[in-house]
Amino acid sequence: MHESAIAQSLLEIIEQETLPYAGAKVTTLTLRIGKLSGVMPEALTFAFEALSMGSRSEGASLIIEEVPLSIKCNQCGRVHIVDDPFMICPHCEGTDVEMIAGRELEIRNMEIEDGNQGSQTHT
Amino acid sequence: MEIKVVKHILEANEVIASQNRKLFEEKGIYVANLMGSPGAGKTTLLEKTIEKLKETKSIAVIEGDIETSRDAERIAAHAIPTVQINTGGACHLDGNMVRGGLEGFDLDQIDLLIVENVGNLVCPAEFEIGENDKAMIISVTEGDDKPEKYPLMFQVSSVLLLNKIDLLPYLDFDMERFQGEAFKVNPRLKIMNISCKTGEGLDNWFRWIEERTSKKGS
Ligand SMILES: Nc1nc2c(ncn2[C@@H]2O[C@H](COP(=O)(O)OP(=O)(O)O)[C@@H](O)[C@H]2O)c(=O)[nH]1
Ligand SMILES: [Mg+2]
Ligand SMILES: [Zn+2]
Repeated sequence: MHESAIAQSLLEIIEQETLPYAGAKVTTLTLRIGKLSGVMPEALTFAFEALSMGSRSEGASLIIEEVPLSIKCNQCGRVHIVDDPFMICPHCEGTDVEMIAGRELEIRNMEIEDGNQGSQTHT
Repeated sequence: MEIKVVKHILEANEVIASQNRKLFEEKGIYVANLMGSPGAGKTTLLEKTIEKLKETKSIAVIEGDIETSRDAERIAAHAIPTVQINTGGACHLDGNMVRGGLEGFDLDQIDLLIVENVGNLVCPAEFEIGENDKAMIISVTEGDDKPEKYPLMFQVSSVLLLNKIDLLPYLDFDMERFQGEAFKVNPRLKIMNISCKTGEGLDNWFRWIEERTSKKGS
């Protein structure tokens, strides 16, 4: 439901980051979305497609990496990737647990295609 | 060519929220972000809270609503400063909307600002507004399985108000299951069982919020 607000923020970041590349088109965007963020990838893709119309991101493909929930137990020191959103250590049942991954809402990188030169990738 | 940008997508909101937070700190205002489903009892709880605390604290309210102003009218009837924010379809308030809303207040006169967020169990949890605490209200009629279904809101909240406990005799609400699950999702969550109708349990909530609000000029 808030996917459109997220897509909007995403487009604003893209506009900023691509300012130095006049005329460039965004071809691919890679995002990392935590499982706990409550963002549905399909809904985000849909919102992004709709909102990017007419912008330099129109037609860009979104690659969404879903990040599972990981917790670190401060009692036994173990790190677990968990399916359920529970802040309880599966090993020692301690509740002094930190979430170390799972809430990501990140843009990681983008591919742009220069107005004149065509697509090129270098890392 | 590839451009590496490692950025939090909601960074712009986080920046505005922290500016709000700084402003609240400077002005000595305690801010609670009240979240919950439509009908959970957010406005009713606000009305009870205002009636209880308005003699001793200066309270102001921001009402976030998708379209109507009914809740803002209910609150304004209690003769406290109220600002209505229509989100124009958005399912949550964000830092910028709240910042705009603040223009309607004399911040030097406020001790406690309560923000009624848009009725929704998902989206408001993701958007900081500069609050000190997030408070979540859920009613027993919504069922006992919500913590696992909507974990983020339970996780980001400091306090959980389980409302409408006057209706428990008519429902198959498994209190042990609910509390157990809520605890697993957020072991630090403070849970209070309340009824805005009978007043049961509300004193706990009043005390909780009163402890966090300092009085101007005292
Ligand atoms: N039985 C019962 N009804 C309540 C209680 N608290 C609120 N309500 C009713 O629930 C409905 C929705 O309340 P409201 O405060 O408007 O919910 P909001 O949408 O979360 O702001 C109203 O008809 C209230 O009178 C309660 O503790 N018990
Ligand atoms: Mg309401
Ligand atoms: Zn452990």
